[in-house]
Amino acid sequence: MPPRAAKGHLEMKTLFALLALAAPLALAAEEPVRLDSAPIDPRDVASLQSGARSFVNYCLNCHSAGMMRYHKLLDLGLTEQQVKDNLLFTADKIGELMNVALTRKDAKEWLGTAPPDLSVIARARGPDWLYTYMRSFYRDPESATGWNNMVFDRVAMPHVLWTLSGQQVQVERKFKDMEQAEAIGRQQKNAWKIDVLTPDQAGKDGERFILKTIRTETAGSLSQIDYDIMIRDLVNFMTWMSEPNQVTRKQVGYIVILVLLLLLVLTYLLYKEFWKDVH
Amino acid sequence: MAAAEKQAVTGAGPFNGLLTWIDQRFPLMQTLRSHLTEYYAPKNFNFWYYFGSLALFVLVIQIVTGIFLTMNYKPDASQAFASVEYIMREVPWGWWIRYMHSTGASFFFICVYLHMFRAMLYGSYRKPRELLWIFGMLIFLCLMAEAFFGYLLPWGQMSYWGAQVIVNLFDAIPVIGPDLAIWIRGDFVVSDATLNRFFAYHVIAVPLALLALVVAHLLALHEVGSSNPDGVEIKKSIDPATGRPLDGIPFHPYYTVKDTFGVVAFLIVFSIVVFFAPEAGGYFLEHNNFIPADPLKTPLHIAPVWYFTPYYSILRATTEEFVFWALAPGLAAFALLIIWTVRSSATRIAVGVIAIVLLLGLLTLDAKVWGVVLMGTSVVIFFFLPWLDRSPVRSIRYKGPITKTAIALFVIAFFVLGYLGTESVTAARTLAAQIGTAVYFLFFFLMPWYSRMDKCRPEPQRVTWK
Repeated sequence: MPPRAAKGHLEMKTLFALLALAAPLALAAEEPVRLDSAPIDPRDVASLQSGARSFVNYCLNCHSAGMMRYHKLLDLGLTEQQVKDNLLFTADKIGELMNVALTRKDAKEWLGTAPPDLSVIARARGPDWLYTYMRSFYRDPESATGWNNMVFDRVAMPHVLWTLSGQQVQVERKFKDMEQAEAIGRQQKNAWKIDVLTPDQAGKDGERFILKTIRTETAGSLSQIDYDIMIRDLVNFMTWMSEPNQVTRKQVGYIVILVLLLLLVLTYLLYKEFWKDVH
Repeated sequence: MAAAEKQAVTGAGPFNGLLTWIDQRFPLMQTLRSHLTEYYAPKNFNFWYYFGSLALFVLVIQIVTGIFLTMNYKPDASQAFASVEYIMREVPWGWWIRYMHSTGASFFFICVYLHMFRAMLYGSYRKPRELLWIFGMLIFLCLMAEAFFGYLLPWGQMSYWGAQVIVNLFDAIPVIGPDLAIWIRGDFVVSDATLNRFFAYHVIAVPLALLALVVAHLLALHEVGSSNPDGVEIKKSIDPATGRPLDGIPFHPYYTVKDTFGVVAFLIVFSIVVFFAPEAGGYFLEHNNFIPADPLKTPLHIAPVWYFTPYYSILRATTEEFVFWALAPGLAAFALLIIWTVRSSATRIAVGVIAIVLLLGLLTLDAKVWGVVLMGTSVVIFFFLPWLDRSPVRSIRYKGPITKTAIALFVIAFFVLGYLGTESVTAARTLAAQIGTAVYFLFFFLMPWYSRMDKCRPEPQRVTWK
């Protein structure tokens, strides 16, 4: 399967160039992070409404969703007044697009890179990536924002939700065999990855497999379960927003296929009737 | 007066008068007869023979949905991406139109590939159908151009960088390459100017050529008559009483009803993708193409859509080592094979000279040039099939084990190359692609020899039927 959008394009290219230069010094072969499966459902309206609220409150200050109209939120079972009262902060009218005041130029100056528009980001990254990414920030004193991310190394975005999630740190554990490391990794509630050392790098003890996970250091205002639910709802909303007609699409699909099946029988009988006399 | 001499149309009930009026001014009934009701097609068409009419059906889908997309799409680098999302979100049923068009592109290639494979299985390109085959190949080239130009229009990252990579291939042509690439793009990089011209090619220039070629393809088909799974000419066995082929049946109504059934079956498969998996796991709509084009961010992994990946694999497989260790010795061996087996001394000398020139080129020019040449050859080589195939029989049914093995290997190589073209490069994958490339070309280049020496069974006199 073609990979999801590769992270961080140019930054990653430079990073790889640096890695190539530093090849003799490189400690470990980095494995991609195992993504958690996002438990989303685009028909769960309550979850979508909750996700919409989180999105508007936390994302829609720096990130735009410039191809999404507020009016489309009515599809989530909200009334016009509810949208106006609870979700319409950066625009005046419900017919407007979800834009932000932050210009690309300012953003580049202040943050180093313009935050991407999020209208269809779920179709580029995939819900699993978003779900894992939002739950994979950890404290990193070496980065500019003080935060790093297991899924997106050296990400420019700071951990905006840290007061909710608390503060995490990265933990490394060494193992002698892959299966053991994977078994422990699978028990993790958050993202994990295993870096593999060459036998030379591992030294005498032979512990070649480094399991990297994150651990909560200080608790946030939400429990981990509540935080996961909040992110689930947010990702659910972003996935819905990336294609607001997706539920309708499938509903129409069932009807179309049903009609076609009926037509298939009729055309088959017609074909057989005509071909009766071909010998 | 000519008008008065024509017979009145009968059998159309209340429309007899109108049809007679038209027929006396336009060759209506004659056209219907010669192309439908009195065009005799072999009665033994099998599953493979659906894909010609299906390809035509997809062409209609693409044109009709394309017209509606054009009404809302903006060929402007600053608006293109958003206008596609506008179609997806705000144009009533726009998502349906767009998914039919994007899915149609892939299904067009599926139908055309199966249609071509049918011709290869049953020797449909053999004399007197060479020109029919050539028109078909020209349609295939147009289709590739159409797909390539169209893929830039959504203006996503893959649109942009895919176009960048392909246009840069022209850069590799010695002497004129760099200027040619700029001329194609209309700029030094893919830009708004490129988008505008690709839009023009996609919505009018190529479709016009495509339609004209489809007409030529059908006229050529109806001139020589359809081949069939047995590869025998139905025109050889004529009913002396009626003058019609004994194994032929009128296209209408027999094949119109059969193909209608085929179209409905096709629509079911097509609709499953359109409604339930329009991205087809990233193969029909690439994930990266949901990120707007950014000339400053080169994606790490650039892959064309699946229908171009076999050729893309061949391009990437052509490394310096491959040119030196496989291509150059292969070329020398091939030249020796021709010189050894061909009697005409003029041909021998010509082959020798061409081989030496090519060998010098292989050892001096950049491998990138030869990658482009091989990729081009991998498509163009199909044109020569009617002359490469020297088998005494047409159909795979009567061909021997060598041809059957060769076709099987070719199909495997095509799929392997196709798969590898979607993946990033590793040493093992490059080696696999190089083996695939070798098999791909050996299938064609050795065909004049193995098709002749193969042990074929005799063709029957009449078509086999149930």
